[in-house]
Amino acid sequence: MGAQIRVYRQKIASTTSMQKIFKAMELIATSRIGKARQRVAASLPYSNAITRAVSAVASQSEVDHPLTTEPDSIRRAAVLVMTSDRGLAGSYSASVLKQAEHLIELLHGEGKDVTTYLVGRKAQAYFEFRGRDYAKVWTGGTDAPEFETARELREALLTDFATDFDEGGVDEIHVVYTQFKSMVVQEPAVIRLLPLEVVEEEVESSSELLPLYEFEPKPEDVLDALLPRYIESRIFAALLQAAASELAARQRAMKSAGDNANDLIKKYTRLRNNARQAEVTQELSEIVAGADALNAS
Amino acid sequence: MGQDPGIDELSMANLEVEIVAADHFVWSGAATLVKGFTSEGEIGILPGHTPLLAVLAPGLLEIAPADGSRFFVEVDGGFFSVDSNRVVIVADNAQLKDGASSGAGIR
Repeated sequence: MGAQIRVYRQKIASTTSMQKIFKAMELIATSRIGKARQRVAASLPYSNAITRAVSAVASQSEVDHPLTTEPDSIRRAAVLVMTSDRGLAGSYSASVLKQAEHLIELLHGEGKDVTTYLVGRKAQAYFEFRGRDYAKVWTGGTDAPEFETARELREALLTDFATDFDEGGVDEIHVVYTQFKSMVVQEPAVIRLLPLEVVEEEVESSSELLPLYEFEPKPEDVLDALLPRYIESRIFAALLQAAASELAARQRAMKSAGDNANDLIKKYTRLRNNARQAEVTQELSEIVAGADALNAS
Repeated sequence: MGQDPGIDELSMANLEVEIVAADHFVWSGAATLVKGFTSEGEIGILPGHTPLLAVLAPGLLEIAPADGSRFFVEVDGGFFSVDSNRVVIVADNAQLKDGASSGAGIR
């Protein structure tokens, strides 16, 4: 009996200390979410301006740019998967990876080879554990991405995109990341980054037509300068959304872990009290029984 | 289309300038003049400029806000667009130089 009480005490102690960790992580995630969302908002003027400019050039000039031209046949596709560096974020990384697997299966089904690019240690661990190949991995700072990372990603992806299929190049590029819809809803999403589908519908929806721009230098050169920046800004936007989603997922996971720890502590406290009471009752009845036995003799 | 909404009226107005960098907002406000470098050479933009989309070369941008002051922004490449007196400068990285009015518009 005594041993049982000791076990419950140990469980209560360890659950209490874990609960403190959960609480701390929840608070950290909560305080960082605000900043992550601010960064998403701060990147919007840039991406809006760039999207507008790209659609202006693309819709006004008959420029054939390699980045916007659909290749005759797509034989190899690149998939960029954005997960987190650290766990304890609920199903955040798992659902991105699931989405990625789904996409890869789909691409295989279309008879395409798939090259994967990974962001985050979770994706790296997932692929390495299964002994699967990946082209390149970026780790560190998934909860506060730098613009430099987006630039490196863009450089690596564009280099592969420009390479011939026979030399290991890719014909299209997909990105799997988590969309931050609200504090409670984050959804894994897939976008096709390249070849670009020129976003003409955005022009119509804004109900204002773009003016006839003059270009300096030539439209082709302007497009040359714009498109890599556009891709960079799309990648950066995805990284920022993923970071905000990661923090929101972590906050929720830690909140429910903390709540669960609380329930466990309550449950174990009741069991401990029960066990203690049972011990007291048993001792009492033993004493009474012993006294009875002495009296009877 | 907004191509020709009264040139006189337009040229009297101020430019509405917005400078954004990749990950943050830099400056916005009314200005009478924006000077900068494109890959072709120096360009000055006054109110009423024709719609333009140009590649920005690294260097100093000169902005003359409507209050008569003047300041510089160092940019390391990017592009800018002008249409109906709205100038949007999109820089990879932009740094306000001394002399920038630390007042309205800076966030």
